[in-house]
Amino acid sequence: MSTSPVDSLVSAVTALDVPCERTTPEQFEATLAAHVEEPAVGVGLRDQSVSLDGTAVTVDPAPAALKAAHTGVTPAAFAVADYGSIVLPSTDDGAELVSLFVDRHVAVVDANDVVPGMEAAFERFEEHVADGAGAASNIIATGPSATADMGELVLGAHGPSEVHVVVVEGDAAEVEDE
Amino acid sequence: MSDASELRRLMATEGDAVFENTSGFNRGRYDSVAGLSDYEGLKTEARSIKEDAIERLPELVDQLRESVEANGGTVYLADDAADANEYLRSVVSDRDAERVVKSKSMTSEELEVNEALEGDGVDVVETDLGEWVLQVADETPSHIVAPAIHKSRPEIAELFNERFDPDPPLESAAELTRFARDHLGELIEDAQVGVTGANFITADTGTMALVTSEGNARKVVSATDTHVAVAGVEKVIPSVEDLQPFVELIGRSGTGQDITSYVSLLTPPVDTPVVDFEDDETPLSEATTDRDFHLVLVDNGRMAMRDDDELRETLYCIRCSACSNSCANFQQVGGHAFGGETYSGGIATGWEAGIEGLDTAAEFNDLCTGCSRCVEACPVGIDIPWINTVVRDRINRQKGDDDRFDFLVDGLTPDEESESPPLQKRFFGNFETAAKLGSATAPLSNWMANTGVARQAMQRVLGIDPRREIPRFQRETLVEWAADREVTVTDPERSVVLYPDLYTNHVQVERGKAAVRVLEALGVDVVVPQAPSSGRAPLSQGMVTTARDHAERVADRLLPYVESGRDVVVVEPSDLAMFHREYGRLLDDDPYEQLAVNSYEVLEFVYGLLENGASTEDLRDGAGERVAYHSHCQQRTLGLEDHTVAVLERCGFDVATSDVECCGMAGSFGYKSDYYELSVAVGDELAGQFTTDDTVDRTVVASGTSCLEQLDHLLDRPSTHPVELLDGR
Repeated sequence: MSTSPVDSLVSAVTALDVPCERTTPEQFEATLAAHVEEPAVGVGLRDQSVSLDGTAVTVDPAPAALKAAHTGVTPAAFAVADYGSIVLPSTDDGAELVSLFVDRHVAVVDANDVVPGMEAAFERFEEHVADGAGAASNIIATGPSATADMGELVLGAHGPSEVHVVVVEGDAAEVEDE
Repeated sequence: MSDASELRRLMATEGDAVFENTSGFNRGRYDSVAGLSDYEGLKTEARSIKEDAIERLPELVDQLRESVEANGGTVYLADDAADANEYLRSVVSDRDAERVVKSKSMTSEELEVNEALEGDGVDVVETDLGEWVLQVADETPSHIVAPAIHKSRPEIAELFNERFDPDPPLESAAELTRFARDHLGELIEDAQVGVTGANFITADTGTMALVTSEGNARKVVSATDTHVAVAGVEKVIPSVEDLQPFVELIGRSGTGQDITSYVSLLTPPVDTPVVDFEDDETPLSEATTDRDFHLVLVDNGRMAMRDDDELRETLYCIRCSACSNSCANFQQVGGHAFGGETYSGGIATGWEAGIEGLDTAAEFNDLCTGCSRCVEACPVGIDIPWINTVVRDRINRQKGDDDRFDFLVDGLTPDEESESPPLQKRFFGNFETAAKLGSATAPLSNWMANTGVARQAMQRVLGIDPRREIPRFQRETLVEWAADREVTVTDPERSVVLYPDLYTNHVQVERGKAAVRVLEALGVDVVVPQAPSSGRAPLSQGMVTTARDHAERVADRLLPYVESGRDVVVVEPSDLAMFHREYGRLLDDDPYEQLAVNSYEVLEFVYGLLENGASTEDLRDGAGERVAYHSHCQQRTLGLEDHTVAVLERCGFDVATSDVECCGMAGSFGYKSDYYELSVAVGDELAGQFTTDDTVDRTVVASGTSCLEQLDHLLDRPSTHPVELLDGR
């Protein structure tokens, strides 16, 4: 049996030195807590089976609270297994700001939203356009921000210096439908 | 033009940092593309998307305008730099902006946007850390992707400590980065306008791709309410789907990263709320998302390049920097020598010729030796050496009658050029004439050529460096030797015509004799007719008309042999590369294909014979002899290094190979006084690989004439052509 996209994602993300953990909806709160360092802010995990209610994460913060936060939690639209990339939508709730103006970004990915490679990723972008939704704005993010401009590689340039990925696996009986 | 002293200065001050970075990127590229299941397929796809986009550009620009306007943005098509800057100034002024923050954009440097805005009293801040270092230092980029690679960490620390006086002083890369991040972060958060470039823009949706690692482009867009993207018109591609091959190729090709930290696919104006970071009350979701977006599409010479059959390919360039990193000369001197007003590296000749003009391209164009390693590295397969050759030809014609010495020109330069290139170029371009004369009068010619008086004259008149050995012409040419030979193969397996390239015929005649004997030992009937030189020499001087004349005469001479069933075997890889690559540009399709399909490098041909039943028994047994082999740059681009290695190994040799891109000699390049030291610096990388503990006692072997000359010059031990190793006599 071949490796599932989620397996590939986990190994690709781990190879980037990015902590990555699989969890279930039931275990989500406890799993997330281990990846969050306070103060933490977030945006709602729209379209996902889990939520940030009851966690230490302040959802929909004011800008000053965002600026003071150490951790930002946002949902990923989907993930690209081969590259260990997560796709972050620039939505009107400020997900882009929460994933960017923090030291640690925690991305929450639904296991059903893991595509094998870039070809499938762009098919997904195209479908979105064909659906009449128009093209959205997304960031394909792979590992923490980095620079080599100061003479050697440094993690944490303008963006977060740490990225964590939490993969939520739902009911195993669910059929993948790509 | 960068002369010897300027190149020496750059090599001494910036060379080490540039070499370490670019050669690291280049190694990273090899490693990273090896991880793709279909690298060549992706390159082909990327190339065809660009070909199609440039072909349909006016239509795509119209479609893009509709898409951006439907999204709520504005498109401005700027004819030139002044036009673009005027528009940018009006956007900034309409916004009452005091500060503009920028992410990295070469196009904005081409336009000199910063100067235009600063003239209005606007604070313009570069936020890419490399660009910011240069803004603080008031220096220009030395590389299109990593602009400050010429500066070492201690130099940057000194710069920041002097300028900002931080307490305690900064030292490590992490400290420098943290300082820059905090400093720039504050400036970004209260800026009004964000300026970005765009790596690609899709006509169907108005989506732009920004390929970055630091996250500054994300901040520049999201923390301001007015976004201006500045991009050349050539960045437009048809659809979002078309972005895929580029996203997979650009990081790998450039800095050797599978993908950079961030690929922003923005369809501006973005939905991200506009916030005041001091605000401690309004939740993000309640902040306004009212944003302005302006796309400034810049022509500035590009539409004329699109109409220019020779420069058009330049517009396929995705600015990845592979041609800089894979270039042996660039690795030594960087973009401050190997670059023009804005762009640097191999493809810069096309950009600068199209945007600034021939004079700017002429400043650095001669640093391209035509080694062709960049062609393989380029993700869209641009024939960068050809663009350099064509521009050199145009420069020659523009220069006209400069520095000519008629008394020498008449005799030694019987070329086809109507407007004369400079004398040095004409001498090297017509090297066949010198070689014929040299052989006819050898050994007197060799003795004369190496006298002090002659060398002084050569340096003064032709710019030939006195530190180089002049080739020693053989009295008996290969053709003459072959004509006197008895036919030794009675029932041939195959029949070939061995092409007597200029060097094998006049100078390195022994390797030609070895080639004949090796082929005959394997049952091949060999003829070696008189034939014109390939045109490689004039072509490398930018003398395209003369090269075409050579190509036509070579085809006329060799094709009758091909028609009678003979294969063409070539000893000199740079001439085989002419037949396979450049003749496609110089000849009609039919003769080109006939010659290209039927011509082989000599060890490639031997490999084919061995694969088809010939026996290594008939060749000299290597018996474990340890050899160090340097393949020729153009031979490697043709994919023919492996054949030589395989043949030598089958014959019992123990082979170690070099992995430098080029030996640095490159025909006439290393003879020229202006480039001698650069040539030796490139060659020293190769020489270093052949003097390690493992290689120092190995027999030195190389396929190219130039490589052999360079290795002989730099090593204490002699070098030889691989076919000579196989020759049992």
